[in-house]
Amino acid sequence: MMQGHTSLLLVVLPLIFAPITAVLPRGRLTWLATMAVTSICAVLAGMQLMMVIDGGVISYELGGWAPPWGIEYRIDSLNAFMALIVAIIAAVTLPYALLSVEKEIPERQVPLFYSAFLLCFTGLLGITQTGDIFNLFVFLEISSLSSYALISLGRRRQALTSAYQYLIMGTIGATFFLIGVGLIYSETGTLNMMDLAARLPGVADLRTTQTGFAFIMIGFALKLALFPLHLWLPNAYAYAPSVITVFLAATATKVALYVMLRVLYTIFPEGVVAATPTGDLFILSGMFGIISASVYAVYQANVKRLLAYSSVAQIGYMALGIGLGSATSVMASIVHLFNHALMKGALFMAVGALIYRIGSSRVENIRGLGRQMPWTFGAIIIGGLSLIGVPGTAGFISKWYLVLAALEQQIWLVVAVILAGSLIAVVYVGKVIEALYYKPPVEDNISVKEAPMLLLLPTWALVLANVYFGLDTGLSVGMAEHAVETLGIIAK
Amino acid sequence: MDFIIGHYNYWVVIFLMMAGFYTIISRGNLVKKIVGLNIFQVSVFMLYITMSTVHGGAAPIISEGVENYSNPLPHVLILTAIVVGVATTSLGLALVVRIKEAYGTIEEDEIHELDHSL
Repeated sequence: MMQGHTSLLLVVLPLIFAPITAVLPRGRLTWLATMAVTSICAVLAGMQLMMVIDGGVISYELGGWAPPWGIEYRIDSLNAFMALIVAIIAAVTLPYALLSVEKEIPERQVPLFYSAFLLCFTGLLGITQTGDIFNLFVFLEISSLSSYALISLGRRRQALTSAYQYLIMGTIGATFFLIGVGLIYSETGTLNMMDLAARLPGVADLRTTQTGFAFIMIGFALKLALFPLHLWLPNAYAYAPSVITVFLAATATKVALYVMLRVLYTIFPEGVVAATPTGDLFILSGMFGIISASVYAVYQANVKRLLAYSSVAQIGYMALGIGLGSATSVMASIVHLFNHALMKGALFMAVGALIYRIGSSRVENIRGLGRQMPWTFGAIIIGGLSLIGVPGTAGFISKWYLVLAALEQQIWLVVAVILAGSLIAVVYVGKVIEALYYKPPVEDNISVKEAPMLLLLPTWALVLANVYFGLDTGLSVGMAEHAVETLGIIAK
Repeated sequence: MDFIIGHYNYWVVIFLMMAGFYTIISRGNLVKKIVGLNIFQVSVFMLYITMSTVHGGAAPIISEGVENYSNPLPHVLILTAIVVGVATTSLGLALVVRIKEAYGTIEEDEIHELDHSL
């Protein structure tokens, strides 16, 4: 009986537990409850993925109302995979959260912190599950509002201004999405994604439909932090509490990318998309994003900010994959989405461990710590190699497929940009490693010891995943291929 | 002329949308930005409500002798969007209060100066 409701439980379980954790007594009980919920969700998401692979698309009708009137959760291999990524990252982040949160968040705010975390988790899972475009907007706002609150909990006062900046940008993005949905609704009279897909070809030539499409794309480009709409991201990631940076960097932008794929390939008929310069714009902003954000990353004095700029560059790679628009390139995009979640998760966790020990992530303060914290340092090295795309790590696989896709279409400029991006990544990763290992330690940090086990274990779990998915691509590439097939993208 | 009068609501929507958007971009005062955001969102509410109207349609409450009803669904959607808007506004204002406590000002350029003089 439970099996039939897996898709709904994934969303409802964290939603119910969000207020419960808020009223639980202070202490570690709140953490334990959140931990339990995220672990159960990870298992459920795994089960859901198995069911989709074995039995095909799952359609869950909320409250028994048949679609397109009722809200439908429609799970195919793409969103089952996305839900699994979100749930697994949350489940890995939570053991890490215990100590990190105790250190960075005032004790009286801890229950509310976990409550907001669960709400954010609900929103992100909801976006992946739902088959109704307005429902998607609601989940988007649930996840956004809670993430603004979570970011503002950072210890420095800049956390407040960056949360405010993100709130303004994020709300503009969400409102643009809402305008787009409204325009499309006025032409089709439906909000269900499959129903939209069936009706949109008939109205594809109308100006209203095309305007709606543009609004939706720009709205989600803001949420995705696609260059040049990325201005909120570096500050938000740099000043958020470590745990939140890990979680958002590994999930929030990825979910936005998923929505892009869904809108481009499931909802809109091929004609509309092909008639607009969408593909070229993605390629253009991807290329500029990779180069300029990577160069910015080199000049950052704060490691968290450096990694945040690198995230903007990595989003550029995913945008390239969408822009090229072939089966291989979209697959590369999805694989990179997964691999980037792993590498940025690992790197931000390792940096969080540095912050746990010395309270800062500025390059001049972390000097020489590599010798004192060898395991954290090791995690940064392997994570960094994966970010660069060295063979044997996950980062290599996705860049390899992306280069292959560009070669298929013989767009040499894209190939050059991908390689140049990797070279600049060598510089900024090298900068961090140099500071950690080759510089003499700062006086105050002489007595600093290795980070506690509870921080190292989740970090290394992700680091090892980076190596594993660099060697065995069965799951990551296999799932992406499956997803591309469901999206019905034809090889160019 | 018919085109202008017939689309009266849409002109209002466009005006509010642009006015709100411009306020967000041009004002440095954090509270005024939120006011702009509100106007921007309200314009979208109007857009939805306007397009739900059916020519000669009555309010969507079943009653005898009425055959044409306006579409109630956009109203319901906008109720949800209004709730979201209220939540966004309150969170934004709460952040402004905290920013005022931390910086002593809510002017964007002064905040920038304070951050860079550190």
